[in-house]
Amino acid sequence: MITRVALTVLRRGTIVALGALLGASAATKASSPWDDPYPSTYHASPSAPVLIRGATVLTGTGTRLEATDVLIADGKIAAIGASLAAPGGARVVEAHGRWLTPGLIDVHSHLGVYPSPAIPGNSDGNEATSPVTANVWAEHSVWPVDPGFSTALAGGITTLEILPGSANLIGGRSVVLKNVPSVTYQRMKFPGAPQSLKMACGENPKRVYGEKNTAPSTRMGNVAGYRAAWIEAEEYLRDFKEYDAKMKAGGKSAADAKPPKRDLKLDTLARALKGEIPIQMHCYRADEMAIMLDMSREFGFHIASFHHATEAYKIANLLAENGVCAAMWADWWGFKMESNDGIEENIALVDAAPQSCAIVHSDSEEGIQRLNQEAGKAIARGRAAGLDITPERAIRWLTANPARALGILERTGTIEAGKMADVVLWSRDPFSVYALADEVYIDGALQFDRAHPPSTPRSDFMLGQPATAGAP
Amino acid sequence: MSRSTMPFGRFVSSAAVLALVLTAAAPAALAETAVLLKNGLIHTESARGSLKDSSVLIVGGRVTAVGPGLTAPEGATVIDLHGRPVTPALFGGVGFLGVEEITEEDSTIDAVLKLGQMHPEFDPSLAFNPDSIPVSVSRADGIGFALVIPGSEAGRHGASGSSSVAGQASIARLDGRSPLAPVALSVVIGDGGALSGSSRAAVYMLLAQALEEARNPAVANSTDVHLLTPAGRRVLRSVVTEQRPLLVAADRASDIRTAIEFATREKLKIIIQGGAEAWRVAPLLKRAAVAVVLDPLDDLPASFDSIGATLENAARLNAGGVAIAFSLRDPDPHNIRKLRNAAGVAVAHGLPWSAALTAITSAPARLFHASAEFGSIEVGKPANLVVWSGDPLEVTSLAEAAWLDGTQATLRSRQTELRDRYLAKVRAGAAR
Repeated sequence: MITRVALTVLRRGTIVALGALLGASAATKASSPWDDPYPSTYHASPSAPVLIRGATVLTGTGTRLEATDVLIADGKIAAIGASLAAPGGARVVEAHGRWLTPGLIDVHSHLGVYPSPAIPGNSDGNEATSPVTANVWAEHSVWPVDPGFSTALAGGITTLEILPGSANLIGGRSVVLKNVPSVTYQRMKFPGAPQSLKMACGENPKRVYGEKNTAPSTRMGNVAGYRAAWIEAEEYLRDFKEYDAKMKAGGKSAADAKPPKRDLKLDTLARALKGEIPIQMHCYRADEMAIMLDMSREFGFHIASFHHATEAYKIANLLAENGVCAAMWADWWGFKMESNDGIEENIALVDAAPQSCAIVHSDSEEGIQRLNQEAGKAIARGRAAGLDITPERAIRWLTANPARALGILERTGTIEAGKMADVVLWSRDPFSVYALADEVYIDGALQFDRAHPPSTPRSDFMLGQPATAGAP
Repeated sequence: MSRSTMPFGRFVSSAAVLALVLTAAAPAALAETAVLLKNGLIHTESARGSLKDSSVLIVGGRVTAVGPGLTAPEGATVIDLHGRPVTPALFGGVGFLGVEEITEEDSTIDAVLKLGQMHPEFDPSLAFNPDSIPVSVSRADGIGFALVIPGSEAGRHGASGSSSVAGQASIARLDGRSPLAPVALSVVIGDGGALSGSSRAAVYMLLAQALEEARNPAVANSTDVHLLTPAGRRVLRSVVTEQRPLLVAADRASDIRTAIEFATREKLKIIIQGGAEAWRVAPLLKRAAVAVVLDPLDDLPASFDSIGATLENAARLNAGGVAIAFSLRDPDPHNIRKLRNAAGVAVAHGLPWSAALTAITSAPARLFHASAEFGSIEVGKPANLVVWSGDPLEVTSLAEAAWLDGTQATLRSRQTELRDRYLAKVRAGAAR
């Protein structure tokens, strides 16, 4: 709907010039340039075909294939099977005894918006000046120089969602990035991946604004705050609908029609109501998640996933029945009252519900480097609780399930012919503390090669720093 | 659901047997009870190293024999470990265990003194609560001891902060008893000098003055302005005379160098805490016999003090002959169980496995004067040990049983209660 409205606006005047400027890139897609005035300029790095031979392959679809070959060509998974032939010019990687998985996807990262070094000049993750800042976009805070991108790459992260922080009830739009080195974030931006809307339950918004003696200062104030924002967005949608109807009617009605004033905040919320922007919701407590599910029905938006969700295990069935993912840590808890009931079996219990969507996330520049180990802990706790969790099942927590939550499962997140060749070759079973990502491919290009580390740091920040001399 | 009735997945038979035997052993008269843990892989953390196919005999709460071919005394409970590893009870690192319940709730935190003055006499371990939830959660993952330190926090919004000389550090025990007497004095360098009048250089100035007050009665008795209270002077004097170490939190190579020079000049013993760039001054640390308590997961320039942070810090220091122990950087107590994972990460980045285990058992016990109780499995010492489902540094291994202060410890916690309540609901499809 907003897309159509935007086109109408375009036809009417001054903004056409902007549209024309963006036309070249937009013409290749079906959607309007208004969809993304800051378009992705990501291009897969050119690469020769790669034949990875004889690995144990966890496909991300729930299957484990022993001693299997995977052929990568033109940036895509070209073939999976036994005794595949290497095309001319292909790089052949002998991977017997090693494990191949889809590239890991972290749905909750603040790399670039809360980069290292963590000093005030770099602190760009929370626009904590108003409880509803649906108008801000995390991508406009991303500092691509953050050295955390390359340490995450060494941990097998190929795709990550950068979110605004959780100070606000409605924090703003997220961006999905491919984890490649770049001067501009646009060259990391995952082409065609939807932005999400970050919202936050509970203690953070009520503490941040309560301390300023403004609303919200309670959980009921939180809910009133979200509802007021959605009601505004409904009005905004209605105004545009009326305007659209007048334009459609033509004649005097169209001539007199004045387009409603565009509002960045309401643009985002209206798109969420139209189902174009999924919701990523920071929420710890089970009872609050249930309230949010009711609210999503009240206004008709979709919550793609609850993030942190330390009590998701208490409502594992409810979440699964509502088609909502839960993005969780293996063992963080207790830092706030609302995280006091976190247990190490959370991921495994959420996963155990039929039709579940369990995700391992980091929210941490340290944790993102070892999501595989976080999953390993969850597997062990689940097994000790009597749940049968195979590696081929658990890998989905880090690959297919986050891809689903981000709306990019058609393109990445599994090892299937035709998908983006985002894969990680591990030194061994990836759910071990001793496993290392040997090679990380993004769209078929070898972006990390442990055997041949780059001779200079990837991050500009690390360049020429005496303290790194001799460090890897 | 109790452990003995719970299905165990692929470990089902052996783990269930172990649990049953342990349950039977628990109620007996403990002081007289003999327990033989047989057929294990015993990582003694003593000169005897790791012993395969071996046993540990515990009589009256003390280890009375370790090795192969032990026979059980009359009436002893015999537990077959089926090759499982046994380690000393683990060190939980340096932080706020037992003196912080919920990080965001100030009323639950007793670690930080915000009087804005130097109080070396501050001893946060007096507030240690053995019933704190993180204590039982940590115990359930095989942790038996930890170093409780005073926190440091810069003053905000005109409020007083703490001092760069934060107070005393003590070993806490996770067996219900109170902490041991203070073993170190906590000093913080860096942080842009937020705790020392906005310059890290001032830490030395202030500390030198405080030492003068402590050592020199003429200075203490003068009418000049004093940094320390009489109690503070007494404590600092005892730190100096008893050669208790200063636990100096510093990351930058130059700060470590300056701290060592200061300590040499003032004839103080120091231990470096943090030490993100310690590998860069490894020869100096070795020469000065200064140990480093580090977080093996530090590898990003979190601040301008840790530009040289690397996952190989532990391996390089160890190779350079520097004594190391591990602690997570985060002082919050909830997830200190992650320390053994961090030790495993150090192994993945070049540290020998045995050195990694040492860094979370015997090394911190030695550094903080707790070796009489913790850190090794040796004849004559109280049984403080853990039976693991597999490699204790591996993320997929779990603590299956533990003895603390000679008694079999419960591995249950509020978290295991929550697990069992909701596991049943999920199994019934009723978690909603």
